[in-house]
Amino acid sequence: MTYLRLFFEFFKVGLFSVGGGLATIPFLTDIGTRTGWFTSADLANMIAISESTPGPLGVNMASYVGFHVGGVPGGAIATLGLICPAIVVIAVIASFLKKFRESKTVDAVFYGLRPASTGLIAAAWIQVVKIALMFHEVTLESGAVETQLFYWPAIILAAAVFTCLQLKPLKKLHPIVFIGLAAVVGVVFQL
Amino acid sequence: MNLYLKLFLTFAQIGACTFGGGYAMLPILQREIVEKHGWATDAELTDYFAIGQCTPGIIAVNVATFIGHKLTGIVGGIVATLGVVFPSAVIIMVIAAFLQNFADLPIVIHAFGGVRACVCALILSSVLKLRKSSLIDGPTWCIFTLVFGLSLLGNFLPKGIIPTGMEPVWDFVTSPIFLVLLAGLCGFCVKAVKGEVRK
Repeated sequence: MTYLRLFFEFFKVGLFSVGGGLATIPFLTDIGTRTGWFTSADLANMIAISESTPGPLGVNMASYVGFHVGGVPGGAIATLGLICPAIVVIAVIASFLKKFRESKTVDAVFYGLRPASTGLIAAAWIQVVKIALMFHEVTLESGAVETQLFYWPAIILAAAVFTCLQLKPLKKLHPIVFIGLAAVVGVVFQL
Repeated sequence: MNLYLKLFLTFAQIGACTFGGGYAMLPILQREIVEKHGWATDAELTDYFAIGQCTPGIIAVNVATFIGHKLTGIVGGIVATLGVVFPSAVIIMVIAAFLQNFADLPIVIHAFGGVRACVCALILSSVLKLRKSSLIDGPTWCIFTLVFGLSLLGNFLPKGIIPTGMEPVWDFVTSPIFLVLLAGLCGFCVKAVKGEVRK
């Protein structure tokens, strides 16, 4: 039953996420909240791992979540679920490629889909910010747990990385460089 | 060598060599598919990318399906697609298995604390890049604001505020699937009103 659900959930992601790999993030957030298969923190870790390993982001996310939920068969089933709709859709489009490319209707629909994709990713970003940079729990000396609204060390690190990403010579660097350095900073400063 | 095996191995190699997916794949595809095997021309590749960009699913998968389909029909499409996802699926599962055993170590926890902060910066940077190509005029900004707003409300509005019995409706209205469908419809209507959609 879990396998069937895995396939179906990732089939939906494959069918409705339009554009690059980041477009799958809002759908995964949605799956996490509805099924409880993983937390938002797990998702942020997954994004980092996907960015640091070869292969398309969406596929990596599906394999990771699937494995997390149902071991090796789970990983395989989630990945198959994700790619199934694409295979069907492309096989259909391939037979009338030219018509599809020049269709004004397709163009009009995608005129609306592109900003929606950006909007969904922006909303997903806010959720990642919430778990990575805010509501940090610290254990006080008395043993009590206090929640800080803003987790300043992480915010400073994020701001530093973002600044680097806007600088001309550093922009071209692969994300894995920043992810690796951030992991080192995390270990050194006990984030 | 059997063409299916060749397709599978070529795309497995492409899948193993691309980090990040999407446009990162283009140079490798050009070298392997256009120059080495002659399975497609540069112009065809550009077409596949453009369509991959605006059809559901991952671009890498879409391009693999296109090329496999072009060579040997639907079976070729499936074989090429399985090839492109195979290496990353295996690598990811190995990492996931490793993490399951080491996730509780303090060093792993702290490293991921730093990594998550970095991911925030990476996503924001990507969103700003996407803005340039997707938010091009008034209507697209409206669609962006609508989708962004509803999606945020869906995630952050306390569940108690929604009238009893309306929760499933609210969950549906704020789900990514509904928002994507709504935005596609909005885009079509805006273009239709402007008279840019052929009758």
